Amino acid sequence: MPEPILQTEALTKRFGAVVASDDVTLDLRPGEIHALIGPNGAGKSTVIKQIAGEVRPDGGSIRFAGRTIDRLDMVARARLGLARTFQVSSVAPEFSALQNVMLAVQSVDRRIYRFFRPALREAVLVEPAMAHLERLLLDDRAEVRAGDLSHGERRALEIAIALALKPRAFLLDEPMAGMGPENTAKLVEILDGLRAEAPILLVEHDMDAVFALADRISVIVYGRIIASGTPQEIRSNEEVQRAYLGDEGDDGAA
Amino acid sequence: MGREAAISLLIAAALLAAPLLGQAFDEPFVITLATKVAILGLAGTGLNLALGYGGLVSLGHAAFFGLGGYVAGILASHALNYEPLFTWPLTVEGTTQMLIIWPVAIVVSGVAALVIGALSLRTSGVFFIMITLAFAQMVYYFAISWPAYGGEDGLSIYIRNEFPGLNTLNPLHFFAVCYVLLLVAVALSFLLSRSRFGLALSGARQNAQRLATVGISPFRVRLTAFVLSGMVTGLAGALYADLNRFVSPSMLSWHTSGEIMVFVLLGGTRRLLGPAAGAALYIVLEHTLGDVSEHWMLLLGALLVALVLFARGGVIGILAGQPRHA
Repeated sequence: MPEPILQTEALTKRFGAVVASDDVTLDLRPGEIHALIGPNGAGKSTVIKQIAGEVRPDGGSIRFAGRTIDRLDMVARARLGLARTFQVSSVAPEFSALQNVMLAVQSVDRRIYRFFRPALREAVLVEPAMAHLERLLLDDRAEVRAGDLSHGERRALEIAIALALKPRAFLLDEPMAGMGPENTAKLVEILDGLRAEAPILLVEHDMDAVFALADRISVIVYGRIIASGTPQEIRSNEEVQRAYLGDEGDDGAA
Repeated sequence: MGREAAISLLIAAALLAAPLLGQAFDEPFVITLATKVAILGLAGTGLNLALGYGGLVSLGHAAFFGLGGYVAGILASHALNYEPLFTWPLTVEGTTQMLIIWPVAIVVSGVAALVIGALSLRTSGVFFIMITLAFAQMVYYFAISWPAYGGEDGLSIYIRNEFPGLNTLNPLHFFAVCYVLLLVAVALSFLLSRSRFGLALSGARQNAQRLATVGISPFRVRLTAFVLSGMVTGLAGALYADLNRFVSPSMLSWHTSGEIMVFVLLGGTRRLLGPAAGAALYIVLEHTLGDVSEHWMLLLGALLVALVLFARGGVIGILAGQPRHA
């Protein structure tokens, strides 16, 4: 089994009396999609936020790309190769889709402090950015203000930005949220191809998408991982059935 | 050419025409007013980098404006008194050369902006406004209580500082110097706003979380913009001291910070010639309404409220409409 690229070790986070993360230990290995599922409020996003550096854990440790990253802030973690998307789309609304992706491209080539040359005329920025948009089927929307994009397009734009970071791992927080079935199907296909570039830790409510994509699934309830395994194992796990999947069956969107 | 570009050219041309007409009709006061517009427009162009492009509402830019002014005043006073600034570890004389005074003013205000920015930019929103204000007030009270350079009374510059090849005492010559510097600052702002750095700065203003997520530190980007902003405003301060041949703590007062901000808001944030247009409007109003009533500020206040409520883009926004991408 290959070495995991990302590991959380007994991650714990409390908000007042609520334990949002209770001893969360999970890992992400090269080439895989590891889905994190659970009911609303189970603490899935809190795990993502702690890994990305937005929320400081009360206990536990995170290793990424061979080092402990507990002391690094969000910027440093992103630079190390953690690319994250948000549960609620977070883009620069006044920028075009293209400019949003260019921001990530220029961050990767580490030359932000250039003051004179127009960025939109730099082929080294525009061309890769366009290629990433194309991959997310957004190339004909490149000039549209991100704030004017449809909900689904903004979700896709976030993934294009993440892609532009050439990350070593993706953290995707409900990328399918609010998408119609057609767009979800397209996105499933795109994410399927993405795992070859970097493994994906995927938080998602759409169970069809999860079971179509995931190599492994961890189920989190009340901040605690109650089961972890292949999709088949999870599907047949009784505790998971009781706590979460219930009798919703295969099409059980939560 | 876009509509904003056309209007910008028109404003620049009008600002050039005013003193020439003043000269032709023997109205030297018009030249002085135009020079004031160019200098205050330059101060606003500096603030626009932080306030407009960076979304950093600084109420402390008087600190940089005043420091630039004091650099000009102090260097000139030492030169005119033949007293070195200091003698240890090496002797540094004062100077009346603008070409030396300007870089010193830019560096001094830049260092001040680095210190003030590094501390203030850890906060945001109202706290940022208050902290920048507090730092400027510190510099203000320091100037008042330091008798060596005039304290509360300020410091006179007996002869306007010199520029090679020009007679700076000729109002038109001095106007030309200020006008060219304004245009240079506007041109640099234009380049900056479209550069990689401009992209990052605008990104920090729109969505700092997004910027951090792609691995660019919003703090460092903002601090850089704040320093550049302070430098430009500091240069304007040095020119302002030369215009009045006088520096006083009032250049450092919060009232000055407010005025510079008003220029930017009147003209339109993130509009290249917005600050110059705003300064022009302000000064024209001051001298027309000011003659009608001493309560002209009341009218200005009403105008400002109307602009902020109904025309976020300021005067240039009204004339040119919405800008394209950011």
